[in-house]
Amino acid sequence: MAKFEPVLMANMHKADSHTLKVYEAGGGYRGLRKALKEMTPDQVTETVKASGLRGRGGAGFPTGLKWTFLPKNHPGPIYMCINADESEPGTFNNRYLMELDPHQVIEGIILSCYATKAVTAYLYIRVEYPLSRRRLQSAIDECYAAGLLGKNILGTSFSLDIFIHVGAAAYICGEETGLIESLEGKRAWPRIKPPFPAIEGVFRKPTVVNNIETAACVTQIIDRGADWFKTIGVPADPKNPRDPGSYGPKLYCLSGHVNKPGCYEAPLGITCRELINEYGEGIWKGRKGKAAIPGGISMGLLTEAEFDTPLDFAGPGKVGCLGLGTAAVVVMDETVNMVDFLHNSCRFFAHESCGQCTPCREGTHWSLTMLERIKAGKGRLKDLDLLLEIGDSIGIIPGTTICGLSDGAAWPIKNAIRKFRGDFEEYIKRTNPNGYMVTEPVPALLQLGAH
Amino acid sequence: MSTVARVLTDEMIEAIKAYIPRYPSKQAVTLPALHIVNDRLRYVPLQAIVEIAEILELAPAQVQDTLSFYGYFKQDKPHGEIRAWVCRSVSCALRGADELLEHMCHKAGLKPGETSANGKLTIEFGECLGACEMAPCILEGEELVADVTHEKADALLAKYK
Ligand SMILES: Cc1cc2nc3c(=O)[nH]c(=O)nc-3n(C[C@H](O)[C@H](O)[C@H](O)COP(=O)(O)O)c2cc1C
Ligand code: SF4
Repeated sequence: MAKFEPVLMANMHKADSHTLKVYEAGGGYRGLRKALKEMTPDQVTETVKASGLRGRGGAGFPTGLKWTFLPKNHPGPIYMCINADESEPGTFNNRYLMELDPHQVIEGIILSCYATKAVTAYLYIRVEYPLSRRRLQSAIDECYAAGLLGKNILGTSFSLDIFIHVGAAAYICGEETGLIESLEGKRAWPRIKPPFPAIEGVFRKPTVVNNIETAACVTQIIDRGADWFKTIGVPADPKNPRDPGSYGPKLYCLSGHVNKPGCYEAPLGITCRELINEYGEGIWKGRKGKAAIPGGISMGLLTEAEFDTPLDFAGPGKVGCLGLGTAAVVVMDETVNMVDFLHNSCRFFAHESCGQCTPCREGTHWSLTMLERIKAGKGRLKDLDLLLEIGDSIGIIPGTTICGLSDGAAWPIKNAIRKFRGDFEEYIKRTNPNGYMVTEPVPALLQLGAH
Repeated sequence: MSTVARVLTDEMIEAIKAYIPRYPSKQAVTLPALHIVNDRLRYVPLQAIVEIAEILELAPAQVQDTLSFYGYFKQDKPHGEIRAWVCRSVSCALRGADELLEHMCHKAGLKPGETSANGKLTIEFGECLGACEMAPCILEGEELVADVTHEKADALLAKYK
């Protein structure tokens, strides 16, 4: 494989990479100038559609196609929501973009709004990202001063405002309709879809929700062209007419037990093993790998034997994971016990379930309670079946909940127990030698200090 | 008539009102308003809810409902001058985050969520802080502390002694 030249990260190593001056010196806002002069909004949409770009926020929905779902000739206003809630455990690529190249993101937002005729963009950012927020705000201020935002951008009839809206430490605000509800000033309870945001989104108006990295990709596509974008990544499977392919560069987040954790740009489709070895310089402490999260904790687990899975949109699904998610790879070495991993995962989802759907609210809390019981040496083999029953029954996929948080809670349970059942059985038998075979209901959880 | 003293200053009220033109609904200013009050008072007492509701033409219960959804805003008493969020999510946990939080709480004599007696520091657990390449990490106010060893954590605690 020829050495891949970073595109999304090309600017980041420069001094003051976050300033307008440095961004423009590297060719920044060239695509926007070209688009506003030579392209209609529909041509921008068509270009993004032709590039095959799929959303980078987790669901991988084709971006150009999403834009075409907006009603035609709508009297407006149409809104853009930029999702910078980035709270999926393991994920930090949006932070890199916002801290080190905010103008690349803003250029993409302006282009996306031009294409969709959005008049206002709300950038919803998690409160835990103060530096990103400051960098974005000063970049936005620079844009207003330079005529790149506000009324009549670059002397055209196109006007746009971007407002930063700060969240309050709730993972569910990253789910697009949770984000919309939160932005409206309410509790972030995801909405039942349809209607999809394109038809009725924030303030009951047509709305597009896009991720930060998606916006950065739009910048590059308009500057370099759809054909360029399609030279990178994994082409659509000709045998599967419903596969849109996995095109373009991707910012992979690598963390956990590797020698060099970090954010790395690679073509979509790099394998987990290549990422660990070529970018992460291998598993730390000379140990062997045991498992890896392929794309944020919601996506489940790869076993070491599955490390050759390509990290494109189709890859992780082929080995029983939920999908590519946020492309955040978290590596676990051979010393990790999957009981600890699953406890951590269940604790996260029990904390973050918004509580609206009973299967999710109860399922996430009971799975945590059972993991606490197992960790306290009171586990029974039967608990593994109960956990799997929860895992198989909560989520959009089984059809019991409103949003995908619970699918994300279910996948680590299902993958951990089905792929590493030995770890759990060994732990339970060792720590509860007299009770592991018990199957009667546990009478008083509170007395065990379980929850 | 309420005899409770007003808690929102003129400056806070102006700051809140400045957000109103950004949105087609005043309710959308709820989170910004809560942040404005919280940034200054380090908590959002019930009386502030009533006053925010008045500015935004909402029922106080609507503002309270939103506040109570997010674990972020304290209501009973102010948090410390600095809030230290110790990440406990998977990437940090793999590099010792649970032990780190326990170490800090033990050393400071606090439980997560509690504030030191001198009012300077609140220790909290956080879910993924989005800095997994620097695990384990702590968000100390607005500063991210990377690769936190127990020694680094001790130095952090010492600042607020
Ligand atoms: C529980 C949950 C959390 C999510 N968190 C985020 C997030 O933090 N950032 C994000 O961009 N998308 C997140 N998403 C995906 C969004 O719902 C949405 O698909 C995405 O923002 C669309 O942008 P894109 O098409 O550019 O990817 C989340 C989804 C779910 C179900
Ligand atoms: S699935 Fe869970 S997080 Fe999503 S809406 Fe239902 S209760 Fe809330």
